Amino acid sequence: MTKELLSGNDAVAEGVRLARAEVVAAYPITPQTTIVERLAEMVARHELAAEYIPVESEHSAMAASIGASLTGARAFTATSSQGLALMHEMLHWASGQRVPVVMANVNRALAPPWNIWVDHSDSMAQRDTGWIQLYAETNEEALASVLQAYRVAEDPEVLLPAMVMLDAFVLSHTYMPVDVPSQAAVDSFLPRYQPVARVEPGSMQLFGSFSPPDLTFMEFRRDTALAMDRARQKLLQAGKDYARLVGGEPLGLIDEYRTEDAEIVLLALGSLAAAARDTVDEFRRNGQKVGLARLRSFRPFPEEEIRSLGRKAHSVVVVERAHSFGSGGPVATEVRSALLGLPSPPAVASYIAGLGGREVTPKHLGALVERATKKETPREAWVGVKELVA
Amino acid sequence: MVEHVKPIQPTWCPGCGDFGVMAAVKKGLLELKIPSEDLVLVGGIGCSGGIHNFMDGYGFHALHGRLLPTAIGVKLANPRLTVLAIGGDGDGYAIGMGHFVHSLKKNASIVYVVMNNETYGLTKGQASPTSLVGFEGNVEPPIDAVLTALSVAGSGFIARGFSGSPKEATNLITQALRYTQERNGFAFVEILSPCVTYNDTYDLWRSKVQDVGKLPGYDKSDRGKAFATCLEVMQQGKIPIGEIYMPPPEKRFRSLDASLIPDPTKGPATLDISVSANAEKYAKMLANLE
Ligand SMILES: Cc1ncc(C[n+]2csc(CCOP(=O)(O)OP(=O)(O)O)c2C)c(N)n1
Ligand code: SF4
Ligand SMILES: [Mg+2]
Repeated sequence: MTKELLSGNDAVAEGVRLARAEVVAAYPITPQTTIVERLAEMVARHELAAEYIPVESEHSAMAASIGASLTGARAFTATSSQGLALMHEMLHWASGQRVPVVMANVNRALAPPWNIWVDHSDSMAQRDTGWIQLYAETNEEALASVLQAYRVAEDPEVLLPAMVMLDAFVLSHTYMPVDVPSQAAVDSFLPRYQPVARVEPGSMQLFGSFSPPDLTFMEFRRDTALAMDRARQKLLQAGKDYARLVGGEPLGLIDEYRTEDAEIVLLALGSLAAAARDTVDEFRRNGQKVGLARLRSFRPFPEEEIRSLGRKAHSVVVVERAHSFGSGGPVATEVRSALLGLPSPPAVASYIAGLGGREVTPKHLGALVERATKKETPREAWVGVKELVA
Repeated sequence: MVEHVKPIQPTWCPGCGDFGVMAAVKKGLLELKIPSEDLVLVGGIGCSGGIHNFMDGYGFHALHGRLLPTAIGVKLANPRLTVLAIGGDGDGYAIGMGHFVHSLKKNASIVYVVMNNETYGLTKGQASPTSLVGFEGNVEPPIDAVLTALSVAGSGFIARGFSGSPKEATNLITQALRYTQERNGFAFVEILSPCVTYNDTYDLWRSKVQDVGKLPGYDKSDRGKAFATCLEVMQQGKIPIGEIYMPPPEKRFRSLDASLIPDPTKGPATLDISVSANAEKYAKMLANLE
């Protein structure tokens, strides 16, 4: 283990190097580009024994990754925002074909209007594509999540693609001290990928063929659903094994901070959680029972963990960087649904904040907690929106 | 989303070739007296694609590589507008290559300007589809968009200019605009536009450009010969520029041929796909296949 000063993008690239990825296919897009540039350099310097494929669009990046993975190679790609949106049909293909491709997505707003700053709408819109989704809070976690993502994705009882999210600029381009594990430690945690089926000379198989209503279509889908359910346990196990074999604290599906006796729980994703920790500390100093639950895994969704939080708290304050038009905050909606049926479920406040990189500070979050102390828990409210003048 | 804004100062690096391209576009529009309020600029994504922010007229910032279908939609719905689609080589020949070829085939009356700097400028200088072998580790021979355009049977006006030769570039843009007005077809103008920050090619290109119009006997109305000449020029290590192709006046495009327009009184074509009712026919078809 060595301590290095790395940007989030550097940390992801280090994770990919340590994972010994064999194929990297990518198309540049801000703020992701430096991930694959660093990987291209590693390939050129023979630090990473991989094929680097510069493709003509993200759609092709995912298609090439799927093709590579079908042969049994460990494949990686990275993208952001519009690139992820363009990949959408390929994302379904990856999970439907059960290829354990791992991708980093630097969370950035979708156009129009054009905006390159942090926003979670890009990955939230891929909710139903059958990809595992992990959101990192720090650069070190981004590195660890890449390795854990491969381990779970390639598990024969899972075999699903996984994306690791990191916030545009706040993580991607901000330098933090990162514990970079040794290759030997990573190798013990993440052995070579052993595919159950692969494209290779000497055998013949069909991939992605036609399946009419009365054949196997629904069965394939149900298998994917069951695999995603199994991924919950596998992610927990991977978190524990990583802590034991590689280092750090075990990462779970949610990450709780001072929630033991919390009456109000702030719930956030990604780097917002770092600000939320300061908010929690501030309230705790005044003796108020406030805690933080950071949602690390959005897919699979940690229903049980949310329910156990809900048994203790009177309010859950969800703050998220995405919105589902005509419904509300996508995370808040799922939190509400997870809490249904509890004997006395907490009130869920839903705040939409920080879209397109609009700043969210511990002070903003404090004001939202303050409202919860007065039992004000809006069904949906937008934080820091200017009134447009006609 | 609509915003009413005045054009802003270009955000391009000082010395960027895109300044010359914008000057040529502005002069061409002035020359033909096209009023700003009848002008629609559809920008691609890249340094080049920001051009509509720096000019008067309707501005539409398309998705990366998707400017052409957008521009064609505008023009076909309101033919009174002058529509220009303007983007980069990455935008047009990488992610948007499918649209490029199909727009040539479709032949809608718009002008498409590509600022080719042989790199992805906005994402900081990676190899693009037009990058030479060796640039930023590129190992793939480049695409030549003029040859690509010449290979499409429906192609209209095809030209290539150099931002370092502003008078000639302006002339090509003017010709392209005039072509869309008079011939009602698609005009494609690639302008070599050096990226001084990541791929400064001013001197190199100045030494390599060859105006094909100045070659003895060049006939811009002969697609096959234009292709052969461009290829020959390239094989000599030069870059063909100038008015490369202008379809002969008698060239009729399919959409203008009345005999090809379906008779609206006949209703849509139908296909009988009932297998049992046609078993005999299918059996015969299958037998014939063997
Ligand atoms: C779907 C998608 N993928 C990637 C990008 C990122 N991107 C923005 S501009 C660009 C390349 C621009 O190159 P070019 O078209 O040659 O324009 P230039 O900046 O050189 O003028 C890329 C890859 C994007 N905006 N959308
Ligand atoms: S980066 Fe290159 S293409 Fe972009 S504005 Fe600067 S000089 Fe022009
Ligand atoms: Mg370019």
